[in-house]
Amino acid sequence: MTDIITNILVCGTGGQGVMTAAEILAQAAITKGFDCKKSEVAGMAQRGGVVTSHVRFGKRVWSPVITPGTADILVAFEVAEGSRWADMLRPGGIAMVNTIRLVPPVVSMGLFKYPDDPVAQMRAAGVTVYDFDAGAIARDLGDLKLVNTIMLGAIADFLPFPASELEEQIVGRFRERKPAMVEVNKRAFDAGREAARQRAAGNSPMAANS
Amino acid sequence: MSAAVKAMPQSRLLLSGNDAIARGVWEAGVKVAAAYPGTPSTEILESLSQYPDLYAEWSVNEKVALEVAIGGSMSGARSFCAMKHVGLNVASDAFMTVTVAGVVGGLVIAVADDVGMSSSQNEQDSRFWGRFAHVPILEPADSQEAYEMAKYAFELSEAYNTPVLLRLTTRVCHVKAVVQVGERNPIQISGFKSDARRWVMTPANAKGRLPEQIAREGKLQELAEASPLNVLEPGSDRRIGFVTSGPAYMHVRESFPDAPVLKLGFSYPVPMALIEKLAAQVDHLVVVEETEPLMEHDIKAAGLLTIHGKDLLPRLGELTPNILIPAIKTFLGEPIPPATTYPKFEPFPRPPTMCAACPHMGVYYSLARMRKKVQISGDIGCYTLGAGHPWNALDTTISMGASMGIALGMDKARSEETKDKAVVAVIGDSTFLHMGMQGMLDIVYNRGNVTTLILDNRTTGMTGGQNHAGTGKGLKGDDAPRVDFVKLVEALGVAPERIRKIDPYMLPVVFKTIKQEIETPGPSVIITDRPCVLSEFYEKIKPYRVVDEDCTGCGNCINVGCPAITVRKSESKTRADGKVNELKFTTIDTAMCTGCHMCVESCGPKAIVPAQPVAVAE
Ligand SMILES: Cc1ncc(C[n+]2csc(CCOP(=O)(O)OP(=O)(O)O)c2C)c(N)n1
Ligand code: SF4
Ligand code: SF4
Repeated sequence: MTDIITNILVCGTGGQGVMTAAEILAQAAITKGFDCKKSEVAGMAQRGGVVTSHVRFGKRVWSPVITPGTADILVAFEVAEGSRWADMLRPGGIAMVNTIRLVPPVVSMGLFKYPDDPVAQMRAAGVTVYDFDAGAIARDLGDLKLVNTIMLGAIADFLPFPASELEEQIVGRFRERKPAMVEVNKRAFDAGREAARQRAAGNSPMAANS
Repeated sequence: MSAAVKAMPQSRLLLSGNDAIARGVWEAGVKVAAAYPGTPSTEILESLSQYPDLYAEWSVNEKVALEVAIGGSMSGARSFCAMKHVGLNVASDAFMTVTVAGVVGGLVIAVADDVGMSSSQNEQDSRFWGRFAHVPILEPADSQEAYEMAKYAFELSEAYNTPVLLRLTTRVCHVKAVVQVGERNPIQISGFKSDARRWVMTPANAKGRLPEQIAREGKLQELAEASPLNVLEPGSDRRIGFVTSGPAYMHVRESFPDAPVLKLGFSYPVPMALIEKLAAQVDHLVVVEETEPLMEHDIKAAGLLTIHGKDLLPRLGELTPNILIPAIKTFLGEPIPPATTYPKFEPFPRPPTMCAACPHMGVYYSLARMRKKVQISGDIGCYTLGAGHPWNALDTTISMGASMGIALGMDKARSEETKDKAVVAVIGDSTFLHMGMQGMLDIVYNRGNVTTLILDNRTTGMTGGQNHAGTGKGLKGDDAPRVDFVKLVEALGVAPERIRKIDPYMLPVVFKTIKQEIETPGPSVIITDRPCVLSEFYEKIKPYRVVDEDCTGCGNCINVGCPAITVRKSESKTRADGKVNELKFTTIDTAMCTGCHMCVESCGPKAIVPAQPVAVAE
């Protein structure tokens, strides 16, 4: 094992499943024998606030927080949240972004503006962004809760362990509690992987409008 | 359930600091554990309550929690209590004297500081209490240490006849890290033995014990010098040696891997000989501690005057690498590496909102309608959000239970301008039972002109939904006696006809009741009765939708504050008299709506109608 630490920042809004995704990543890392720390900053019990979770793993992890400018991967469950945390990425890090726009009341009331195109903003600043509509994929698969699995699938090929081990970590959870969900989660995971692969290759049909 | 509960000895688990502490406490053979919830400490007792063969309770407040633990300790059982930093302020009266009396069964108090203030009304450094009460402090830096120190703290407590403070911060409580757990010690309870000189803290008895307390502190200092929890880690770059404790240690190791570090897990009394040993090896000694310069002052007081600490580092918040590195490099005269490559976008704030159908919204909707006529003294809970958008209907928040005392003070200090304003106190059910009853009694006793709104949502919402003496359930979800708020306030002396129980969903009733009560002099109480939407008692009703053709854009429903209602379209319209009207046409997210019908009541043109449920959105 090298001394290299992998830093993954998962972000989104309250109730989107950010914590669960980070937890699965962390579990996969310790199953691989890595030392791992996972830090959470959740607001209060109420909904809708900004949520982030820092996952760090490697041979020996000291600080539980990712230093700004050192994240390898940013997993954004919401597009403006992706832009909020983009500065956490290291040069060459990637932002995996679900393009859903969750408009908070302060915006819909007209007190603040939601950026027209947060992805374009990030790209203009030089950030490598792989964006896709995870909600649409989940809907096609028949369950919006699959967004979590899709987003994890999307980053699976960018981790220092095989994608299959992350998949097993997700699927294993369902195998015990809801075996009926195993197959659809596998498909969601693969769909996420495929979406990210397409974006990485730059040949997604969505490239034109983002 | 915490993964640790069923874990076999020697298993390696990913545990939060809170879950790790619970495991350590259980393994230590604790019999009595008590707490009142508070971020970031809440999960310790939630987790502990799942272990077998141990008594665990939600107490009504932190002082009672500590007293329960003291009673357990006096009876010869290892006993534990947990609280957030401000909880120890509440418990401090008992704390400051039990430290004189000492313990029989090990007594450990876990106190969690919200360094960085993610969810608190202040940032305070609980390590002060060690110095104030002459008790030792253990400071874990991660989950493994939290587990080990929790277990060890009971031995320390018994060996030195002292309560022990286990000082935590948010970055210990809420960080998950790898922990290897062990086995449970057998429980031993010697039983209470009457000994007035020991336990009855009259001046004569207490005075007799004071010299012992001071002597104990000296012995603890010797122990700290030799403790395996205090480690001098060598380093090749000897320009700076760091003295540090808690999670700050992790940030120091991350930032300066080659520097010598004295890591203090047993951080009070400060082991001065170890510090001098480090000082002799390095050019400069820097103390890195969250948050106040306590070790720094102790070290300076012992004569090492040239050390550094808060002259270089902030006195507030976390000392993470992005803070430490530039500060230390500046001190060393080295160039500071650019922190980030990509710019910081600040899209828009995303403040937490109340949940869709939160019963508190009905109260604030009404208070906002009469805003000019009322001063609103608030308290701490989800309902503190009433201070924000769109209600702006809360004037004060200081500490738990303070709303009524403050309201009474306001009532007694009126100016020409405020003399006709009504004074209203707003307090949650859990907060009322925690510290509110006394304020209420004071209003009655001193004939205050205050209307108190007790928002009974049958849970402690803010901290994630814990049971309390008013929910009818205990810590484990078991049935428990349930306080009757009407009878309670009546017993405190509020006239029965001035106690009103209402459904906060019935907006016209809420408005009318508040109006009637504030217009009648004398103390009165309005109790709202609807469960929090996250509680087990909440029953979801069918959702609503807005009929576009019927919506006139008046925006009334937005003022309810429900996050399920958003603006679909805005328009400016000039009226006949030349005034410009901002019209806001709304829509309801049917997947979020739980059918409380508060917005229906706010809608004049009756544009909000039942909807068929649709698929759940993310
Ligand atoms: C002394 C103290 N202990 C604990 C807390 C943490 N805390 C904040 S609000 C709250 C209680 C909220 O419950 P309730 O009054 O029922 O209001 P709700 O959130 O349900 O609206 C608690 C325990 C605190 N702020 N201060
Ligand atoms: S958690 Fe309960 S009390 Fe808090 S905002 Fe949500 S519904 Fe209201
Ligand atoms: S009925 Fe109205 S106020 Fe109640 S949850 Fe639905 S949208 Fe919100």
